[in-house]
Amino acid sequence: MSTPSTAIRPETGLLIIGASQAGVQLAISLRGTGFDEHITLLGEEDHRPYQRPALSKEFLQDTVGKENLIFRSQEYWDEHDIELVKGARIERVEKRPDGSGVAHAADGTEYAFRRLALAVGARARRLELPGADLEGVVYLRSADDALDLKSRLGDVQDVVVVGGGFIGLEAACSLHGMGKATTVLEYGPRLVGRAVGEDTSAYFLQSHRSRGLDIQLDARLARFLDDGEGRVTGVELEDGTVITAQLVLIGVGVIPNTELAEQMGLAVDNGIVVDRHALASDGTTVAVGDVANMPNPLPGAPEGERLRLESVNNAIEHAKIAAYSLTGRREEYAGIPWFWSNQADLKLQIAGLTLGYDSTVVRRDEAKGKFTVLYYRQGQIIAADCINAPLDFMAVRTALGKGQNIPAEAAVDASVQLKSITAERTVDRKVPA
Amino acid sequence: MPTIHYTDDTGTTVDVTAKPGDSVMETAVRNGVTGIVAECGGSLSCATCHVFIQEDQVEDLPPMSEMEDEMLYGTAVDREDCSRLSCQIKVTEDMDLHVTTPETQV
Ligand SMILES: Cc1cc2nc3c(=O)[nH]c(=O)nc-3n(C[C@H](O)[C@H](O)[C@H](O)COP(=O)(O)OP(=O)(O)OC[C@H]3O[C@@H](n4cnc5c(N)ncnc54)[C@H](O)[C@@H]3O)c2cc1C
Ligand code: FES
Repeated sequence: MSTPSTAIRPETGLLIIGASQAGVQLAISLRGTGFDEHITLLGEEDHRPYQRPALSKEFLQDTVGKENLIFRSQEYWDEHDIELVKGARIERVEKRPDGSGVAHAADGTEYAFRRLALAVGARARRLELPGADLEGVVYLRSADDALDLKSRLGDVQDVVVVGGGFIGLEAACSLHGMGKATTVLEYGPRLVGRAVGEDTSAYFLQSHRSRGLDIQLDARLARFLDDGEGRVTGVELEDGTVITAQLVLIGVGVIPNTELAEQMGLAVDNGIVVDRHALASDGTTVAVGDVANMPNPLPGAPEGERLRLESVNNAIEHAKIAAYSLTGRREEYAGIPWFWSNQADLKLQIAGLTLGYDSTVVRRDEAKGKFTVLYYRQGQIIAADCINAPLDFMAVRTALGKGQNIPAEAAVDASVQLKSITAERTVDRKVPA
Repeated sequence: MPTIHYTDDTGTTVDVTAKPGDSVMETAVRNGVTGIVAECGGSLSCATCHVFIQEDQVEDLPPMSEMEDEMLYGTAVDREDCSRLSCQIKVTEDMDLHVTTPETQV
């Protein structure tokens, strides 16, 4: 064992732990809001901060390279007095009530700070089943995961993807498109059950099956099979069915990285609990992005409703809130949440949050392959799933942003442009206090 | 070397040397040109990379796809005839492109 070095870094104005979408945005937004103290942006990964979404799509398919995923050039960080530290994992934080403290890295380095931001994100949830640690059973969260996955593809003919959520389906489509025989095993009764309504799930199922993806719903995985030398050869389901695969990719959701917050004594409940200003329970630490459990930001949302959003848009918007919070401008989350997912030739765009709807309108244009589901609560539009229908997506996102409605009766006719029927809200836009 | 000239809505111009093959959006974002947000990182999903192309250069660019055209109907600042999504424009060898960024992207 080597003795840990005891390097002590000079105090930084703000230490951001986690250098990905949310952490990067926080640093950038702070400079935009006039924060002039030194910022240290620190992450455990050995890559310059990069964007994750392409890892399951363009990067996996080799249509964009690693360089294209990098957020900002080194010159940008230098010019803006933002110090980027790669390859540093923080294991413990000592914090004083005034918000300052010291973060201890695994290599022994100590980072003193005046304020702290946790942008530590989430990690892939592991499947604890027999054979889970075999060679060839992989996950996809980071650039290293994606590089590893790509390096394994050479001899692979059959792939099993466990999980029919966004990551699983995106990766399955990419791999299928690269000529791999691909089977998707979904535990639940429908695809992407967590994020979209039943009509959208059904649309995905039918489109993906028709392009040759083997999708099995209600599939109960029992174990991973091996060749006797530690390599995966397939999976076995509870009913005894065996599916051959030289590669098994698991995409069954994520777990927020709350360990540091717990160690610091912050309130944690499916993520770090934050208020409308992105402040954790100590009132000084900010927590942003995938790791934060926050009040539902939408106007008119039920009082006390909380959620943890896993999206680029949320990481960006939430980081902006935190930047305002840190500079004493208590503005609230204002943007309309939105999300995208590209799966083969399907481009899904979701505007708003599909929470607590009481009716839907489905718009279909078979000829053009367009498919939209509008979600309503008490006659007011609250969200939309749009597949290959950017016009619909744009109309809904704009209407939600302006607090307008798109009356359901008129939207039923798929040939009508939603933009042309956008109307003032019938229900009052209740801005949360 | 190709150069992209980004003028913001107040008239301030930044000139950035670009790499052929990168997009006009990537060139801006990596160098911290304000006025281009690009939430989706170039996957034609967000329309927050909207730019106005200098009028006499519009014709020099490859035409837009139907998807780009549709996305342009939802930009924060209304589209004009010279509007494009900068993530869809690849930098070419001798490009010397002038673009203006809108007042806001979201
Ligand atoms: C394959 C894939 C595809 C996706 N596709 C889409 C998409 O199409 N659209 C979309 O909206 N979203 C997509 N997402 C989700 C999106 O990438 C996340 O919502 C976003 O990255 C969240 O950002 P974050 O900064 O909060 O967390 P993360 O990106 O998880 O970053 C957290 C960072 O903190 C670091 N860290 C954690 N603990 C420590 C520690 N103790 N010390 C130091 N560093 C630490 C981690 O290494 C990591 O780099 C996708 C995600 C993946 C993985
Ligand atoms: S970057 Fe999102 S559409 Fe261009």
